[in-house]
Amino acid sequence: MAFRAHVIISGAPEQAQEVKTALLEQIDTLGLNEEVEIREATDLTIASRGVEAVIYPDATHYINLTPEDAALIAEEHLYKGRPVEKLAYAEPGVEPLPEPSIKEVRVVLKNVGKINPEDIEDYIAEDGYAALGKVLTEMAPDDVIAELKASGLRGRGGAGFPTWLKWTFARKATGSPKYLVCNGDEGDPGAFMNRRVLEGDPHSVIEGMVIAAYAIGASQGYFYVRAEYPIAIKTLRAAIKQARTYGLLGENIFGTGFSFDLEVRMGAGAFVCGEETALMQSIEGKRGQPRTRPPFPAVSGLWGKPTNINNVETYANVPQILLRGGEWFASMGTEKSKGTKTFAIAGKVKRTGLIEVPLGITLREIIYDVGGGILDDKAYKAVQTGGPMGGCIPERFLDLPVDYESLASVGSIMGSGGFVVMDEDTCMVDIARFFMEFVQEESCGKCVPCRVGTRKMLDILNRICGGEGRPGDIESLEALGKYIKSGSLCGLGQGAPNPVLSTIEHFRDEYEAHIYDKKCPARVCRALIEYKVDPETCIGCTRCARNCPVNAISGAPRETHVIDPEICIRCGICEQVCPVNAISHE
Amino acid sequence: MKSLEELRQIKERALQRRKLSGEGSRARVVVAMGTCGIAAGARGTMSAILKELEQRDIADVVVTQTGCLGLCEYEPIVQVQVGDQDMVTYGNIGPDRVATLIEEHIVGGAPIEKWQVRR
Repeated sequence: MAFRAHVIISGAPEQAQEVKTALLEQIDTLGLNEEVEIREATDLTIASRGVEAVIYPDATHYINLTPEDAALIAEEHLYKGRPVEKLAYAEPGVEPLPEPSIKEVRVVLKNVGKINPEDIEDYIAEDGYAALGKVLTEMAPDDVIAELKASGLRGRGGAGFPTWLKWTFARKATGSPKYLVCNGDEGDPGAFMNRRVLEGDPHSVIEGMVIAAYAIGASQGYFYVRAEYPIAIKTLRAAIKQARTYGLLGENIFGTGFSFDLEVRMGAGAFVCGEETALMQSIEGKRGQPRTRPPFPAVSGLWGKPTNINNVETYANVPQILLRGGEWFASMGTEKSKGTKTFAIAGKVKRTGLIEVPLGITLREIIYDVGGGILDDKAYKAVQTGGPMGGCIPERFLDLPVDYESLASVGSIMGSGGFVVMDEDTCMVDIARFFMEFVQEESCGKCVPCRVGTRKMLDILNRICGGEGRPGDIESLEALGKYIKSGSLCGLGQGAPNPVLSTIEHFRDEYEAHIYDKKCPARVCRALIEYKVDPETCIGCTRCARNCPVNAISGAPRETHVIDPEICIRCGICEQVCPVNAISHE
Repeated sequence: MKSLEELRQIKERALQRRKLSGEGSRARVVVAMGTCGIAAGARGTMSAILKELEQRDIADVVVTQTGCLGLCEYEPIVQVQVGDQDMVTYGNIGPDRVATLIEEHIVGGAPIEKWQVRR
C-alpha cells in the first residue's frame, strides 16, 4: 500500500507510546488510516529533545511532543496539510554570528583577507613595494639594519633572536655568493599562521626578503615551504612570477643595479626540517638532519656560504617597519618583545582561528576576550603555547603577559604561535603523552638522547595512562627530560620534554593520582575509568545494550541493566545513548 | 620596475580600479579562498555565485577572491560591497545560500542581518 505521508516517532519508550496512541486515535477519527503510516525509530537526533517526530515527504521536524500536540498535528498537518510551525524545530545557525575581538592589531595580516593575493597591483595599491623602493633608492644596507635594530623585531619562528643582529652577522660574513632563506616549514600541529600569510599576502614576504637580501648582500633566495601547503605554494609561485614581470625580482631592481631572485623549494613532510640547519640540508638535497652550530648559517650556511634564514612572519614585518619606521613598530609590545604576533588558537575555546595581537597581551585576554572563553562555559585548565615542544600553563599564570621571556619563565615557549586551550575535561598526563608521541615520531634519530630518550619517556607515559604506573616514574621522567634537553643538538630534542616537565611541575597531583590511586581525575584514561549504570534511574529501555559494540551490557527489558567491566572497552557509547542519563563513568 | 615614479603610477591605477564607479560595476563580491575556505566548500560557493549571476544576466558585479580572514570557523566567508557602502562580511555561505544572498543584498540592496559576521 502506498501512503501519502509517513510519520517517524522517537523518544523514551513510554512517552513516545503515548504520543503515538494519541496520533493514531486522531488519524482514525479523521479517516486517514490508509493515507498515513506511522513508524518508530530509536534516535532521530543525538540531543535529547523529548518525543520527536519527523513527517515526510516534507521532513518537518517536531520536538518535545505531548499527546495533545499529536492531536493538533494530525488535524493541521496531516489532514489540512499545514505544518504546525510553533511546534516545529528550526535548525540552529540562523542567529546572528558573534563579533570578533577588537583587541586585535593587524600589521603582518593587514592585507590578508583584504586584497586579491593573485594580483600584484592590489598589493601595490596598499603601498606594496613602496618600502623596497625607498630602501633601494634612499638607504644604505647599514641604514636598513639600523632601522631594524630600532624596531626591536625578533625572530618569529620561535627562538626570538634579534633580527638586526642576525642580518649584521650575515652582512659581515665573508664569502660569495650569499644566500637568503625563508622558513615556511610550519609543522606544529594546529598552527597555520604562516600559511595564511603566504596564501593571503605573498608579496609582503617577498618584499621583506628582497629588502633583507639588499641589507646582507645576497643575490639568490630560497623559499622553503612544506608540501602540505599546496595552495600557499601555488599562490607564492604566481606571486614570484608577477614580481619578476614587474621587475621587482631579477636584474637591476628599480634601476639601482641591485639584483635578486627567488626560488621555491618544497619540504617533504619531516617536522625536523623546520630547524634551520636541517632545512638547509634539505634544500641542498640531503637528508634533513640538524648539525652542530657554530658555525652558524650566517657564516657557513647553504653550500657552505653565508646564509640568512628567517621565518615567514619575520620577513612579512620588514616592509612596514621600513615604511613606517622602527620607532612605530617599537611602540607596540613590551620592553623586550616588540610589535605584534600571530597566533593560531585551537582547542576548547568558543572562537578558534587566527589572530594577531600586540605582544604583552595577557593569556587571559587572548583566551577570554579574543577566543571568547572556554567552550560550553567549562573551567579553564591549561594552555599549551608554542607547538608540541611548548609547556602547559595553568590557571594561576593566566595574567602572564605573552612575550618571549615570560613564557620561558613558566616552562613554555613562544614557538611559532600555536595556542592549544584545554578545559577541565582534559587529562594532563594523557595530553603530555600525546605530545611526546608526536615528537618521538618526528625525532630524526641523530642524537641518542632524543632518539632513545623520547621513546623511554613515551613508554613510561603509556604505562602510567594504562594504569601500570609505578612509584619512581615521575622522577624517571624528570631525569630523562633533563638529559634529553642537555644532550640534543636542535630545538626538537631540547624542547621535546617540555610538555611532560611542565605538566609534572604544574599538575603533579594528576600524575600521582594515576600512579598511586590508579585514578584519572579528568576521567579520560580508559584503563583507569569504569562505566556504571545507576539502578535507581535505569528504566530498562535496552538502548545501551543494543548499542554496545562488544555486548558488555546485559539486562531484560524494563529491568536494570548491568555493564561487565571485564568486557567493556570504555568507548562511552552507552553513556551517550542513555535517554535518562543513568550511565556515568569515573 | 625602473623607478619610484613607475611604482606610484601603478598604485594610482590600482586604486582607481578599486573604485566601483570607475569601472562601471554596481557591486563587488569577494570569496575567501584560503585553505580553510576551500576546505569548507568555498569553491562550490564561488561557482554557485558565478552561475547565479549568469542566470540572472547580471554582468556588472565583480567577483574576486582573497585569503583567510582569521575567522576560519565561519568559512565559507563571502564579502559583499554594493556601490559605495561598507563591505559586509557573511559567514557560513554554502552554495544553498547564494541565491538568497544575491537576491536580497545585490538585487534588493538590503544586507542579510542574520548571516553577518560583524567585524
